[in-house]
Amino acid sequence: MAEEKKVYSRTKGVLENTVSGFCPGCMHSTVHKIVGEAAEELGKLDKLVRVEGVGCCGLGQFYVSHDAIIAAHGRGCAVATGIKRSSPDSLVYTYQGDGDLAAIGLGETMSAANRGENFTVIFVNNGIYGMTGGQMAPTTLLGMKSTTSPAGRSAEEHGYPMHMCEILNQLTAPYYLERVSCDTPQNVIKARNAIKKAFQYQLDGKGFSMVEVVTSCPTNWGLSTIDSLDFLREKMFAEYPLGVYRDGGEKKK
Amino acid sequence: MERNLMIAGFGGQGVMTMGRMLATATSETTDLNVTFFPSYGSAMRGGTANCFVVISDEEIGSPVSYNLEDLIVMNGPSYRAFIDNLKPGGNLFVNSTIVTDEITRDDINVVKAPVTQMAIDMSNERALNVIMLGVYIGYTNAVPEEVMIKGIETNFKKKPDLIEPNIEAFKKGLEIGKAAK
Amino acid sequence: MSERVFMKGCEAIAEAATRAGCRFFAGYPITPQNEIPEYFARRMPEVGGTFVQAESEVASVNMLYGAASTGIRAMSSSSSTGISLYSEGISYSASARLPIVYVNVQRGGPGIGAIQPSQQDYMQATKASGNGGFRMIVLAPSTVQECVDMVYESFDLAERDHNPVLILTDGVVGTMMEPVVLPPMKSDEEIQKLRDAFKYRAIIGHPLGEAAYCRPGSVGSGQEQVNIEADKLYKTWDKDVRVEEYLTEDAEIIIAAYGISARICRAVIKQLRAQGYKIGMIRPIRVSPFPYEAFSNIDFDRVKGILNVEMSIPAQMRWDVDYAVQGRCPIRECLRSGGQLLTNEQVMKAAQEMIKEVL
Repeated sequence: MAEEKKVYSRTKGVLENTVSGFCPGCMHSTVHKIVGEAAEELGKLDKLVRVEGVGCCGLGQFYVSHDAIIAAHGRGCAVATGIKRSSPDSLVYTYQGDGDLAAIGLGETMSAANRGENFTVIFVNNGIYGMTGGQMAPTTLLGMKSTTSPAGRSAEEHGYPMHMCEILNQLTAPYYLERVSCDTPQNVIKARNAIKKAFQYQLDGKGFSMVEVVTSCPTNWGLSTIDSLDFLREKMFAEYPLGVYRDGGEKKK
Repeated sequence: MERNLMIAGFGGQGVMTMGRMLATATSETTDLNVTFFPSYGSAMRGGTANCFVVISDEEIGSPVSYNLEDLIVMNGPSYRAFIDNLKPGGNLFVNSTIVTDEITRDDINVVKAPVTQMAIDMSNERALNVIMLGVYIGYTNAVPEEVMIKGIETNFKKKPDLIEPNIEAFKKGLEIGKAAK
Repeated sequence: MSERVFMKGCEAIAEAATRAGCRFFAGYPITPQNEIPEYFARRMPEVGGTFVQAESEVASVNMLYGAASTGIRAMSSSSSTGISLYSEGISYSASARLPIVYVNVQRGGPGIGAIQPSQQDYMQATKASGNGGFRMIVLAPSTVQECVDMVYESFDLAERDHNPVLILTDGVVGTMMEPVVLPPMKSDEEIQKLRDAFKYRAIIGHPLGEAAYCRPGSVGSGQEQVNIEADKLYKTWDKDVRVEEYLTEDAEIIIAAYGISARICRAVIKQLRAQGYKIGMIRPIRVSPFPYEAFSNIDFDRVKGILNVEMSIPAQMRWDVDYAVQGRCPIRECLRSGGQLLTNEQVMKAAQEMIKEVL
């Protein structure tokens, strides 16, 4: 009789018997899963602290099985600073969307990164405000329609998309910056490894790291789940190239 | 009895230090109640600087008074700005090196001391405030002179070589104050 | 009994907080409270605590929120226009029922106002320090010694209620120096014990199945339940009213004043008493919960008038006094604002006018 071997089980980082309410085709649930897997593989689920932004990212509080605090919109990096400085043994990550991190929270993000705060930012970039109904975000692509740029984003009126990995890469302090996606199984594995690496760097006391996950928002993009994957690969990846922007660990090798 | 003192001058004359030394010494070596209140302009240096010291054997109300027993003016603008805040019968102490105004009020006691020049003559230019403190204590005896000598020792305990010259400066002031009585 | 030391209000606040076990401070520069963060910057490393100079008041208060969620005793301070930016984090802390302590060293307003002292944030402090209608205990020291004592007890109050506590002081008390007796330093063991008591809900990581969630808000009827619980708490605060009735037994005129104004009034009352006038003062030591009873129980057959003294134009505490007095005697005002200091002489003049009018 062939021996049975368990090759996969659901991470304990998300609640059992809970189904996420994210829209079909949204990658938030995948990102939640890989965050849980990364911490679990490091044996640190019992030290894991989630600092949650406001927006769709703020729904995670109902799905995760580890400690979580809801930050005011944009203040994730300030709240995480308070937590990590007061409880250095905790494994702290913020979970923020593009409006939260790059618009209202830009000051907190830049300053925490510049101080080299020893926590991890998971930045989910889908180029739009999801929960509030599809308004323009700092990361909305040129020409992309939103409820507040009904004729499409124009450079003249709205300026250009903001690239957070590239912007933070101008600072000296950040230790690790990588942009990933979750559109294919391969990319999910890459994303999980990136998060795990960022967590490991935090455990080693290396300072600030950010993993930007470029994702889709079929609902507010007005596309089918399949079409939105095409849009993601053709348009979003063109504006937001995947890859490692900085890795303090590599540099030293 | 409550005694309200205002010290006024420009930044850099040691106005705040003078008030704080007097108040600290009073707090540390007597049972009297004392408050010190600094009042700055928004510029750090060269602007107007003034402070208030209230010494009382009772609970102190406002740490700021515009009905003063004592007023020390270290420069002309301060004299002109605050002279009307001195009570009739109050004491005015004037840095006469710098304040050249004619003192027109005749219902107050005036003690003049050229403290800027004296400090220069002593090769201790920054000690003008300590000399003026001596003049003030010598004339009013607001606190016993030993209190201030101890206060000077405490104030300069991190720079011990400054203690002697400052006590010397203080005593120079004391003489003028006592002589003016 | 410890010896008295001569300290500046702001520094005394910071030292008292340190002795109470505060081990986290975040702040942003603004006059006239800079000596508080500066003191913490020197002091926290000595006791193994954390000082962070935040990039803004918005960040300060949210750092405070995060720190407090871990169970550490955490504090912040700012002044008036900076405190306006605290609304968000204070409201979140009230909703999440986190014990935070913060200090407002009031300066002139509205807007950037003036760097000099005022009492112009009374309404904001006592009625609406953020959205959502939450309440806080607000302590209003009038001396440097009271700053010390109130800061020391504020952490206990915050932890008892799991609610923010505000120290409402001003640029006079904050920058003046006065002799104070400092409270004892809490030991590391005592501080750890306090922190352990909060551990069950601290956002620090827990074994599976015991996770803690800090939610300033909820879906469905959850938020209303939070509000109902908070309201129950506020209704227990009758016991937390603190008021000083100074020479009121036979008074025919009563001054209503708090904080720096009250201490100025006290000196005036002494002078007027010496002249034979029956004048006294009701001073809210805590402006929230407000001592309405002290005012509504006044014997209006004897008391002919109330003089409301504040460093605010228009008057603000007067609304609370009016609410308690209900028109049963005339109320007059003696006010300054915009950074202009109230003086003994001004209060004296206003009191003499009131004497002429009602006695």
